Order: sequence, then C-alpha cells, then structure tokens
Amino acid sequence: MYSQGLIGADDKTAEDQAFLDAFQKRIDAEEKIEPNDPMPAAYRSTLIRMIGQHAHSEIVGMLPEGNWITRAPSLRRKVALLAKVQDEGGHGLYLYSAAETLGVSREQMTEELLSGKAKYSSIFNYPTPTWADIGTIGWLVDGAAIMNQVPLCRCSYGPYARAMIRVCKEESFHQRQGYELVQNLCAGTTEQKAMAQDSLNRWWWPSLMMFGPSDTDSQHSDLSMKWKIKRFTNDELRQKFVDATVPQAKLIGLSMPDADLKWNADKNNGQGGYDFGAIDWDEFWRVVKGHGMMNKDRIKARKKAWDDGAWVREAAQAYAKKQNTQVAAA
Amino acid sequence: MSNEQNMPLWEVFIRPRTGLHHKHVGSLHAADSTMAMHAARDVYTRREEGDSIWVVASSHIHASDPKRSGENFDPASDKVYRHPSFYDIPDEVGHM
Repeated sequence: MYSQGLIGADDKTAEDQAFLDAFQKRIDAEEKIEPNDPMPAAYRSTLIRMIGQHAHSEIVGMLPEGNWITRAPSLRRKVALLAKVQDEGGHGLYLYSAAETLGVSREQMTEELLSGKAKYSSIFNYPTPTWADIGTIGWLVDGAAIMNQVPLCRCSYGPYARAMIRVCKEESFHQRQGYELVQNLCAGTTEQKAMAQDSLNRWWWPSLMMFGPSDTDSQHSDLSMKWKIKRFTNDELRQKFVDATVPQAKLIGLSMPDADLKWNADKNNGQGGYDFGAIDWDEFWRVVKGHGMMNKDRIKARKKAWDDGAWVREAAQAYAKKQNTQVAAA
Repeated sequence: MSNEQNMPLWEVFIRPRTGLHHKHVGSLHAADSTMAMHAARDVYTRREEGDSIWVVASSHIHASDPKRSGENFDPASDKVYRHPSFYDIPDEVGHM
C-alpha cells in the first residue's frame, strides 16, 4: 500500500553534484542514513510523504475492522481482532515516530490527514459489510502490505527500516488469522462459503491496487529505487502478490474474479507466474482523489476522535504543567 | 488544533530480562512521565518484550554530531594494540 505514498512526491532537490554523489556513495555501500546525517532535500521530503502516508494507513486501517469487534462470532475471533486492531494503532505510532525524526511534527501530520492534504492507502475506502470481509482483509490486505513491508525492512533510512522490522514481526499473525477465518467459512455451510467468495470478489482488485500505479505511470519510482527507499517496483511486488495468493485461494476452493487469470510458464524469467487481467485504474484514481465509497466516513471518524479527545489532551497537559510548577516551587 | 501545545516526546527503553541492558525501542508523545510510562507499557510490551521500562524526555538526550564523526571515532581505527589478538605469545601457553 505504501508505494501509493509516492504519489505526488516532489523530486526537486537543490544540492550540488558533489553532495549528491557523496550521498549516493553511502547508499550504494548499503550504509543506513540516520536522522542527523546530511541528506538531499528530496530524500527527506519523499520519506516524510511515504512514511506519513504509511502511518495514516495504519490508523485509518483500524476503522473498517473496528467495525466488527463487537460482532465477532466467537471469543477466539474477538481477541484476535482486538489484538490486530491494537497492533495497527501501535504500528501507526512507530511510523509517526520515524517520520518525526525527519523534522515533521505529529500535529502537522495529523492536521494534514484531517484536512485531506495527506493521503492514506486507497484500500481503506472500501466498506466491510460482512464478517467474511474481516478474514479477507487479513488474508489479502495484510498479505499485500507484508509484500510491500518486507523489502522496506532494508530501506536506506534507518528509523523507517527499524520500524518496519518491528511491524513485520507483529503483522505475520494478521495474515494467518485472516486466512484461517476465510478457510473456516469455506469449510462451512453453502451460505458461508458464498459469503467468503463474495468478499474475495469485492477485495481482490482493490488489493492489487494497493501496490500503486503501474511502473509505466509511476514517475517517482526511479529516484526512490536509486536511493534505496524502495527495493522493488510496484509491478514487481504486485506480481509476487498474485503468484503467492492465487494458489492460496485454490487450496480452499475459492476463485479469483478475473477471467484473464492464467498460468504462464515463461513468466518471471522462466520460473512461471500468473498473467492477470487489466486493473481498473479509473477506479483507483477516483478513490485516491477522495471519491471512494468510504472516504468521507473515514475522515469524519478520525476528526471526531481527534475533536472528542481534545479535552483529554488539554487536561493531561494542564495536570503536567501544574505538577512541574509544584516541583519547581518545592 | 493549532493553539494546542505540542505533547512532549519521550524515548522508550526496554530491558528484555534481568541481567541485560535496557535497549532503545522507540519513542512516543505524552504529557508527563507517568502517562509516557503507561503508553510505553501498552505499545512496546504487548508480546512479553521485557520486564522493565525506562522513559526519558527526548529533550534530555544530547547526541554527538554526525559531522564530527571523523574526529570523534576515526582515531580508534588504527589502534589495533588495544585488542588482545595484537600480541603474540607461544601456543604452549594455552588460553590467556
């Protein structure tokens, strides 16, 4: 999902060639860049944008699933869902902290999310009308996120890479619990299996869109690959995801909603892979630009949480200030 | 929102178990040390990561300047005589 973070990134940078060459030399030597190190302005702004978008995605990503916590059909499912949603909140924190090391404040990032200036992954603008969606999200959405995040553990920016290592460690259960849930539905009644298939039909294409625009349309990939912010292109990751996921669906008796999906033995340098149908990029851009089914609801929910929490933040700070004054006076 | 003051930043250190060092694991915002401690416990120890937490106001950390890394750290790189393997002693001595 996080390749979408590069949409609209500003590649302009004002440093002289000697500075850029010295920086590139460090990158090529696989040295990590740390917060106080010299770095090109475009490296900083690209990372702020990408990590910020990633953080917002974790936070907004709590909403579609949080919707089902009170209605989980068993205690086992409820504790798993609670733990998962709580993890997403933590992941948002790790990522906001990583972005803050680049000189942007938490308040500024929050303001940009609430005003609509900053984006989050398009996937969270789709609704979760059925229980099967909770399984499908874990399986596909977290699966796609992991596909993106594993290479980000080797990102050239140290704080982002370290946050990703932690996130990946915690997130592997998210995908497994989702797949287990879908698998159980498929082994259940005809209605339950139909619910699982319906959910897959709705989430499959939006999941493929999480990897961002095709390489032929993504002008920001080159520089972020050169600076080793990203290690794989959007299309490479999307292909890996398709190849990994199609057999998982088959195994539990589900089929992808794609008539053009077929095995191609020549793909991936002769290792084989799946050809798949055309992605509806008009839908993708519509959702990114704010016209998805849930865009308005998501921001409204975040804004409400922020506004309703204002008195708590104010009270906590007033109390801290009072304690400090008393300590100073004593 | 703009007239709210920013919450202070805290660095979080966790000790995995007794006998080990506390290690930096991340940071968070909180109004005071008590709330920072609660948040650190909620966020950084959900999977038995440790048995002790330190929170330190980030503003209290003084860091070395990466621009002076050369003068700070290069002088140690040619002082191999500070390591035991620099010294030759007869094999018959055994472990020393």
